[in-house]
Amino acid sequence: MDLGGLIADSDTRIVVCCGSGGVGKTTTSAALALAAAEAGRRVVVLTIDPARRLAQSLGLKELDNEPRPVDVPGAPGELHAMMLDMKRTFDDVVVAHSTPERAEQILANPFYQALSSSFAGTQEYMAMEKLGQLRATERWDLIIVDTPPSRSALDFLDAPNRMSRFLDGTMIRLLTAPARAGGRAGMRLVGAGFMVFSRIISKILGGQLLRDISAFVAALDTMFGGFRERATQTYELLRRPGTWFVVVATPEPDALREASYFVDRLSTEGMPLAGLVLNRTHPPATTALSATRAEAAAEAVAESGGKDAKLAAGALRVHAERMALATREQRLEDRFTSAHPQVPVRTVPAAAGDVHDLAGLRVMGAELTGPDGDAATGTPRTRVLPARRG
Amino acid sequence: MVAALQGPDPGVRGVGAQGGPSTPTLVGVSPQTAPARLHVVTGKGGTGKTTVAGALALALAADGRCVLLVETEGRQGIAQLFDTPPLPYEERRVAVTRGGGEVKALAIDIEEALLEYLDMFYNLKRAGRALRRMGAIDFATTIAPGVRDVLLTGKIKEAVTRRHDGQRVYDAVVVDAPPTGRITRFLGVTGEMSQLTRSGPIKTQSDGVMAVLRSPQTVVHLVTLLEDMPVQETADAIAELDQTHIPVGSVIVNMATEPLLPADALDRAAEGRISGADLAPALATAGVGNGALAGALAREAIEHARVWASQDALRGRIQALGRPTVELPLLTGPIDLGALFELAGRLEEHLAVGAAA
Repeated sequence: MDLGGLIADSDTRIVVCCGSGGVGKTTTSAALALAAAEAGRRVVVLTIDPARRLAQSLGLKELDNEPRPVDVPGAPGELHAMMLDMKRTFDDVVVAHSTPERAEQILANPFYQALSSSFAGTQEYMAMEKLGQLRATERWDLIIVDTPPSRSALDFLDAPNRMSRFLDGTMIRLLTAPARAGGRAGMRLVGAGFMVFSRIISKILGGQLLRDISAFVAALDTMFGGFRERATQTYELLRRPGTWFVVVATPEPDALREASYFVDRLSTEGMPLAGLVLNRTHPPATTALSATRAEAAAEAVAESGGKDAKLAAGALRVHAERMALATREQRLEDRFTSAHPQVPVRTVPAAAGDVHDLAGLRVMGAELTGPDGDAATGTPRTRVLPARRG
Repeated sequence: MVAALQGPDPGVRGVGAQGGPSTPTLVGVSPQTAPARLHVVTGKGGTGKTTVAGALALALAADGRCVLLVETEGRQGIAQLFDTPPLPYEERRVAVTRGGGEVKALAIDIEEALLEYLDMFYNLKRAGRALRRMGAIDFATTIAPGVRDVLLTGKIKEAVTRRHDGQRVYDAVVVDAPPTGRITRFLGVTGEMSQLTRSGPIKTQSDGVMAVLRSPQTVVHLVTLLEDMPVQETADAIAELDQTHIPVGSVIVNMATEPLLPADALDRAAEGRISGADLAPALATAGVGNGALAGALAREAIEHARVWASQDALRGRIQALGRPTVELPLLTGPIDLGALFELAGRLEEHLAVGAAA
């Protein structure tokens, strides 16, 4: 996979990094953004929840909802970074689309407050909203988006639609119809089936919540069209030429399974996939000695008991463990590639510690964007071990 | 828990602020005053929560005990872990342990849980099914942040307190809970819900759940890796949980690198001060000595020592959290039932030490 060419190409305008939680999406996004800036692009990276030290090294203060320039000495391009504040983004949408009095009403509504800070999917929806805003300004020629740490990578694609369906869906209208149509007269309009429904919902949720929702919907009524339209527009943005998805996974069964689902979904939606980044692999420095032989040699060396025997035996055991780990990782990767032979894979070896500064990001960027040549072990970069022969 | 039952001030989260008659300060000092029965396992995404929860269930089920392992995130991770077909919304045996113990697993289906709830409290099973066809159940479980969590924690509470012929059905319940970022909200449903639903059965339900969650029979275990961000999230989660007076149990360090080099060589290797020449003579005695191999082995030994050193540097921060801590090694092979029992063995030792202390 030629990520280096992809981010340097002026036709590439948006890169979305997806994957399940804990696979290194944020670091990957930041490393790609830095590499793009060093390749001369004017780039902004939208991060969702960066590690504190990484955020500091990017000059991000907590809950800053605006892009800030990051000082990258000697880079021909520009790097900007921002961290998403979902509540503030939501508030801004409300303020931008209603009169001041109405906005005030909405912002003070308890249901809105819960919705904007904790509704499942708000973060995804707002990440897309922010992406749409950044894209509309034309201030950057490349936007790299890190996606929220949701359970499933698919949530990023699904949540905005679910949210806008929810906000202007028939259910919420039915539910709040009595209040809007004026009490009992409204009730008759919606029929008996709904009466049962409404009674149960109010039993479950309590009357107060229903009243809050009604007030919220009434206040928001004029904005509904706007909400749906915006969500649809941003979703379409993701299908336009110039947008690429990069799926990130670690060599773990769960993460690769999520990556598989996501890859399938992208192809169903007709969204362009650049490839899979297999992050934090553990390639051995040599594959010339198998795990079994290394274990046996470790015993023999330990028994011989010469000078530095303990050290050499230890080094052999380290190698045996690395080979076992590499075999497992390779097997997982093979399983993915046999199911998705058309998807290019780029492996990124695990760093010894956390990546939390520009130097660390640069090292990772080089792994991501470097040429597709052979690795130190003599096998192709994307492979840790030689392919099994059939 | 009288304060909680009377209904907390809707503007305040957490029972401590209401000055209830319980003594939550005990929690921080000794989490093991009474044997905990509800073990909630959380951690940052990617730290191996599900694996640890599975191993903990096996450990607790040793010697003939019966343990329920609960999945809350609907991803069928438990079925994959124990290599069984996808779990229905039903308690199914997934493993047996020594002395006739067993682990049952339950994947909570949120819609089924709501229907069960409607049936239990309102005798509304048939109406419920009709509502599902209208899409109303999906709506109700997503409409209010927290309804989902109330249903999940309600079901968990039911399993913890369930009795059959006067005997507890489960000796322990282990929950594979949402990640650290959402755990306080997940467990702190009362605060969330009391702001939204100031009355109604959901409120009553959440108060009942909180009574169990804040009692000494509950502990929340935090799974972390020896990496900066997971350790930071663990510290943040402990601080948040302490505020809501939900008892914190152990910190479980997962996938720790165990040093394979002799202690006196570790520092030297981490500083990059070993080379192929140091290894070659000893390697030659085993007949695997050639220069290129020795050099490669030295590079791997240096990487190993550096990973160990960077992980070891975080142990101080974990100790500073002041919680009982146990380390689980990084297993190089696939995580199968055998591997799970290996991890369970380590957890069992840890639990035994904790109980004796």
